[in-house]
Amino acid sequence: MMLDRHLGFVGALRAGGVPVAVSEDLDALAAVSSLGWERRASVREAYAATLLKRTSHRPAFDALFDLWFPPRVGTSRLGEAGPDADSAQTEGQGAPDSGEQREDLRRRLEEALADPATTDAQVEALAVEAVGRFGRLSGRPAGASTWSAYTTLRRLAPGELDVDEDALAGFEAAVQREALRRIAEQKGAEHVGRTAVRPATDRVAFTSASAAELTQMRRAVAPLARRLAARLARDHRSGRRGPLDVRRTVRSSLGTGGVPLTTHHRPRRPRRTDLVVLCDVSGSVAHFARFTLMLVVALREQFSGVRAFAFVDDVVEVTDLLRPGADVAEVLGDLVDARGRAVRLGRTDYGRSLRSFVERHGDAVGPRTTVLVLGDARSNYSDPGLVPLKRMVDGARQVFWLNPEPRRQWDSGDSDAGRYAAVVPMAECRDLDQLARFVREHL
Amino acid sequence: MTWFASPDDAAARLGGAGYLADDATATSAYLAGQLGKPLLVEGPAGVGKTELAKAVARAHGAELVRLQCYEGLDEARALYEWNYKKQLLRIQAGSDDESWAATQDDIFSEEFLLTRPLLTAIRRDGPTVLLIDEVDKTDVEVEGLLLEVLSDFQVTVPELGTITATRRPYVVLTSNASRDLSEAVRRRCLFLHLDHPTPEREREIVVSHVPDAEDALVRRVVDVVGRLRSAELRKAPSIAETVDWVRTLVALQAGSLGDDAAAAAMERTLGVVVKHGSDLEAAAKELARA
Repeated sequence: MMLDRHLGFVGALRAGGVPVAVSEDLDALAAVSSLGWERRASVREAYAATLLKRTSHRPAFDALFDLWFPPRVGTSRLGEAGPDADSAQTEGQGAPDSGEQREDLRRRLEEALADPATTDAQVEALAVEAVGRFGRLSGRPAGASTWSAYTTLRRLAPGELDVDEDALAGFEAAVQREALRRIAEQKGAEHVGRTAVRPATDRVAFTSASAAELTQMRRAVAPLARRLAARLARDHRSGRRGPLDVRRTVRSSLGTGGVPLTTHHRPRRPRRTDLVVLCDVSGSVAHFARFTLMLVVALREQFSGVRAFAFVDDVVEVTDLLRPGADVAEVLGDLVDARGRAVRLGRTDYGRSLRSFVERHGDAVGPRTTVLVLGDARSNYSDPGLVPLKRMVDGARQVFWLNPEPRRQWDSGDSDAGRYAAVVPMAECRDLDQLARFVREHL
Repeated sequence: MTWFASPDDAAARLGGAGYLADDATATSAYLAGQLGKPLLVEGPAGVGKTELAKAVARAHGAELVRLQCYEGLDEARALYEWNYKKQLLRIQAGSDDESWAATQDDIFSEEFLLTRPLLTAIRRDGPTVLLIDEVDKTDVEVEGLLLEVLSDFQVTVPELGTITATRRPYVVLTSNASRDLSEAVRRRCLFLHLDHPTPEREREIVVSHVPDAEDALVRRVVDVVGRLRSAELRKAPSIAETVDWVRTLVALQAGSLGDDAAAAAMERTLGVVVKHGSDLEAAAKELARA
């Protein structure tokens, strides 16, 4: 019985993008059997220790664990504590979803969330009650009703309460969990598991990220940059040993009776590239430009110089915004201001922007420069400006175009991706993972 | 030997050694002993990854063998090395009529072997905790070297044969995730992610280290440190620095001062937790807001 659960859970993890090797599977069983199934928290941590090998997989793991090993069964764990939708099916006093009940729960919720002493368990109890009362969606065939976190939160409107944002997010997450748990109980965990798991932060597309995901991505950029920098620095150093340093080699051979057991080499002179980043900061791709710029700034020590330009239908230089150690939020705010300066008529115009870049800032590009163009190549059907682009390509060491749109949307509508790609190598760059891979391979 | 009898036992014994473990840490520490697998601890700097290994050693009176990883670490520093100089001396000192075979047998014996941390940990008879610190700083080749040690607890020295552990050491690997470790290493380990503690837990930790600190002061410091961590500084304050800060403030008797004087003392001693010039500015801003 428990083995079935275990195997189902492992299967769901694999389907949800968490790789689980057979040996880890066996470890998990050994771990859980040595602990026993009594304490849910221990079982969760035992599974986490044995099956998880990356922090980024933890959210998916937690979501699936809640589905496969629910904290309770039935419609309410409160039992006698509250009239639940089911027990109060028969019409009468204490109807589950009345205006009165709504006001009452809202008042209790506000009190609980405003009080710093409230424990997670208490918040969870409120969430359970809320879903039980207000989350029911009655289905067409009788008895096929289901549950909805969305309906619960709309009815209850906790966002209008005067409470701390973090506490509110905690409550909303608890409501989500409870609704999913109830659905999973009715339809089976497998059914829900397929849709319940959000992709890990580094796989969230720039163009479709929610506000919460954007915050997470912002936090993920710095560690990502650190990893990349360590890697780039190592790659620059290793594999290319300089010429033999005879003096040091002979000197150290004295310790081994004149036999040169180890050779010493002169360090190579590091060769670093100049980087010029040209980014589209119009609304549709602004997030992508910000993340790429943040990453470039964090990596600036790897390059001998970084200059950044922003454009919509005109070009402005934004290099001075990217000073090291600058507050990330400030940089993003300044970029929004820069957008105002980069606009003449307000519609993205790649041709115009490229022309004015080559005319006014052409000296930024030299034979040692790598140019990155960031944008979706959607130019509102205007002249794509291939001539200035070609001039730029001829003058630079290399030019890359990073496009945040999925490859299959290229050349649809007003996209000129194909025509640009014929001149400049264009890479799809939808999420942090792809961005990191590009930086590693090409810069 | 059994290291811990249960997660609760692990939490209690680590607590006795001065390490307050949360649920996940206690469970993982117990499982690492129970399953005989290495424990890979990952997380930002200064959340007590290394301290966990030291606490396990203290809790059992076990010897701590530490391998500090760095870029360029190689077999000779991690595993073992032949003592060339001594071997040369031995050959020069040998009598003329000694046969080469005998000399060779002699110079490749225990006497000329310099054991490095990994081999030392495996050959020890007593209880041993092997700490492989900052494993992400090494090159990929060293990971290959670790695989044999971590999965079978044995080391092969061509001239001597394979040395197997008589008693499995308790292995803890720590990583700041500055490089992605290979899947092969991850698969052989239990994984524990440590993050900055919740304010409640951090207060407990501080109080356990500085018992004579005033409650209000601890509360205030932990609150400010929490803000500093979310302010995305170049270097987030570590737990040890929080403890140091409270200790500093206690030494300045800031707890018995008024509110304003305490705030001024905190601002003067900000250098205990913030170690970058550019961070100092942002931290002062946060402090003013608190």
